[in-house]
Amino acid sequence: MLGRTLREVSEALKQGLVTPTELCQRCLSLIKKTKILNAYITVSEEAALKQAEESEKRYKKGQSLGDLDGIPVAVKDNFSTAGIETTCASNMLKGYVPPYNATVVQKLLDQGALLMGKTNLDEFAMGSGSTDGIFGPVKNPWSYSKQYREKRKQKSHGENENSHWLITGGSSGGSAAAVSAFTCFAALGSDTGGSTRNPAAHCGVVGLKPSYGLVSRHGLIPLVNSMDVPGILTRCVDDAAIVLGILAGHDPKDSTTIQDPVKPFTLPSLTDMSKLCIGIPKEYLTPELSSEVQSLWSKAANLFESEGAKVIEVSLPHTSYSIVCYHVLCTSEVASNMARFDGLEYGHRCDTDVSTEAMYAATRREGFNDVKL
Amino acid sequence: MATPILRWCCPGRRWVFAGIGSVFRHGRGVPTGSTSSGKRGQSTVAQQPLITAQKPRKGEREWAAVVGLEIHAQIASNSKLFSGSQVDFAAPPNSLVSFFDASLPGTLPVLNRRCVEAAVMTGLALDCHINRRSLFDRKHYFYADLPAGYQITQQRLPIAVNGSLVYSVCVGKRQSQMVTKTAGVKQIQLEQDSGKSLHDSLRSQTLIDLNRAGVGLLEVVLEPDMSCGEEAAAAIRELQLILQALGTSQANMAEGQLRVDANISVHNPGEPLGVRTEVKNLNSARFLAKAIDYEIQRQINELENGGKILNETRSFDYKLGCTVPMRDKEGKQDYRFMPEPNLPPLLLYDSGSLPTGTDPQQVINIDQLREQLPELPRVTREKLVQQYGMLPEHSFALLNEVGLLEFFQNVIKETRAEPKKVTSWVLNTFLGFLKQQNLAVSESPVTPSALAELLDLLDRKAISSSAAKQVFQELWRSKGKTPAQIVAEKKLELMQDAEALEQLCRSTLEAHPQVVTDVKKGNPRAINKLIGLVRRATLGRADPTVIKEVLERQLSS
Repeated sequence: MLGRTLREVSEALKQGLVTPTELCQRCLSLIKKTKILNAYITVSEEAALKQAEESEKRYKKGQSLGDLDGIPVAVKDNFSTAGIETTCASNMLKGYVPPYNATVVQKLLDQGALLMGKTNLDEFAMGSGSTDGIFGPVKNPWSYSKQYREKRKQKSHGENENSHWLITGGSSGGSAAAVSAFTCFAALGSDTGGSTRNPAAHCGVVGLKPSYGLVSRHGLIPLVNSMDVPGILTRCVDDAAIVLGILAGHDPKDSTTIQDPVKPFTLPSLTDMSKLCIGIPKEYLTPELSSEVQSLWSKAANLFESEGAKVIEVSLPHTSYSIVCYHVLCTSEVASNMARFDGLEYGHRCDTDVSTEAMYAATRREGFNDVKL
Repeated sequence: MATPILRWCCPGRRWVFAGIGSVFRHGRGVPTGSTSSGKRGQSTVAQQPLITAQKPRKGEREWAAVVGLEIHAQIASNSKLFSGSQVDFAAPPNSLVSFFDASLPGTLPVLNRRCVEAAVMTGLALDCHINRRSLFDRKHYFYADLPAGYQITQQRLPIAVNGSLVYSVCVGKRQSQMVTKTAGVKQIQLEQDSGKSLHDSLRSQTLIDLNRAGVGLLEVVLEPDMSCGEEAAAAIRELQLILQALGTSQANMAEGQLRVDANISVHNPGEPLGVRTEVKNLNSARFLAKAIDYEIQRQINELENGGKILNETRSFDYKLGCTVPMRDKEGKQDYRFMPEPNLPPLLLYDSGSLPTGTDPQQVINIDQLREQLPELPRVTREKLVQQYGMLPEHSFALLNEVGLLEFFQNVIKETRAEPKKVTSWVLNTFLGFLKQQNLAVSESPVTPSALAELLDLLDRKAISSSAAKQVFQELWRSKGKTPAQIVAEKKLELMQDAEALEQLCRSTLEAHPQVVTDVKKGNPRAINKLIGLVRRATLGRADPTVIKEVLERQLSS
């Protein structure tokens, strides 16, 4: 059951083939079994079971809220969740329990989704490996796949096999691992410069970065306000589309969301490739690209072409500037967004009380890791 | 009381440093708390003729001062600039703080429409160009009362630019003339207020109240077109009246709704501008002019002694009456300005550019706001002068006190007396009594109707003007009594019997032949004695002018 798509599980729930509580318990036990992955920082067991109970009541009455009712989901630990600790994998926010829900979290809960817990990440979403959080790195579930174990056995010659593991990529590594390990059907990540797509690729799941302005950032603890977007991680594309349909739309609490109303949509089932035109940006074929990735890329392009789609070369001429621009924007906005962490109103505060400046300095030194200092 | 020389110099004032021992150095600005009794200087200082200050003697240097102002006015709105928490001056500490105000991570700013309207209205009232597109920026610095570590302001492209503030200053020996001046308005910008820090030195701690954090402010930047403390104070006063008339800010300095920082420099006329200092925390209308003048004088003294002026920030110490450097603000601060990424550009429209089919709730139409602008103080004053023929100074005085204009207008409505009479009674007698007992117009025991009735009695010549003053005093003291009642009680009615008065005058003249002779000899004061005698005989119920008339007529016949 845990391997099904959202639509299939939703259908099964409606038909009573499985109950939300069963789903919830199965996911919870799988989370415990896969603890070694370190994908979850907080597991909200009690809350999830309670939500499952409510969902079950609704299904019994035949009043399900929608496709997500009773479905276990996970949320990256940089989204504010009311009453549930939100740490951003940093000492600065250890013990911080927000008093409100992020808009996207609220939307999921309003649809009846079951919140399994908060997933691990790089500290404050700064990183691309999910290795830099204070709770330790996230391990890629594929580290425990037969293929990888075989490979390691051949190379290790008696070394402890368990000491080798693969990274999940980041910064939404926990969310990607959670989905990849079947502990939930969908997870929220965040994407600033690839932080949802990167771990999705590493963990073999679907990672979607919606266009900026489509999904509300209210409640997402920001890294770079001009580029952050809540990301969606699922095991198939259709699932991502369902979740996007629920999350997209104008939020009066976020002034950067577009005003136009979002029409509900379903992905068309594509059988006729001849109408499809696919562009391959030539600037993306860089010398640094690994041969493995390049061959996979070519393989995909060839697959489309052989099925009748048109595959052409396109140009994205500003590509060479993108990294530089990213660095300038990123460093300025991060410095700005981190300015609020002074220990005065919430979060970690040091013991020094000599002066305000000394308190600020000590709190921030103790709270942040080296990347931010 | 400021030394006379200052007032006399304004407008286009020149500051003359007449060498050691001059009035300037010792006469004012008391850094060591000494009074201007000339303790340190020669006693001849006080007798120096003031006129010399106007024409500089050979060897003396002239100084001109340049004053610019940055004014922060709290916007009168129900909620804060970027969050929904309430705006209230006297609420319990930290009771009006939303998640955004407390800088909880993940919260985002949402612009308050009323604050934008307030900014546009103020810009229109000050003849500014309203930018159809303006931007928000972050200004970073670390301070405990700034939870986010930055303030959202408009540094690059503010909402209004290039306006002017017209104000008047009193000139002349008896402060009787009003001269109009203009100060350029460089820009008006929207920004957040910070919280409040209360320093508890006893327990070595600072207490933070975030009620004020995030309240909307209008920053009005005035060009350095003013030349002394008095001009600055007059400009501020006019701005206060404008903001209050618009309703965009209550602009009460005592409640911190209006705060002023001054940029001050001095130079010799004809030479380039000098280094300027910034004087912050001028939060009292009374001390504003004093503080600025002190700083001007301090700079002159410094330069005359061969010293230099540092480009620093100073604050005004009210107790000592002087400016002192602010330790925290030494050296130039780098605010690391950055565009506010969570707020898209603010777009304003006028009737011509409004896109079709837009929800009026979602857009601001400048033309509409312009049409709805209330009457500005300048226009109100002009109307008063036109309508009632009063002097400009009187129109200023009427607008200068809360509720006084309304009081005046209510009296005018109900009385037949001439407007000039009403003006005089309201500004002299009524206002005098209010000031004496430190009352606001709203607390006055005398109502407009009562005063109107009193003036009617006077107009009809039912009572004399001295009797009227008595009645007014009684009105003030006892509630509920009408002027007519008081007149009857105190028997203050004027004698209406002309024949009886003639009789009394004749008998007085007969009784005092010696005085009559004195009058006929040409002694100008003798007639007053006769008038006094007749008055006493009439028990004060005859008008002295009428008595004089009758006596003179009788004497000449």
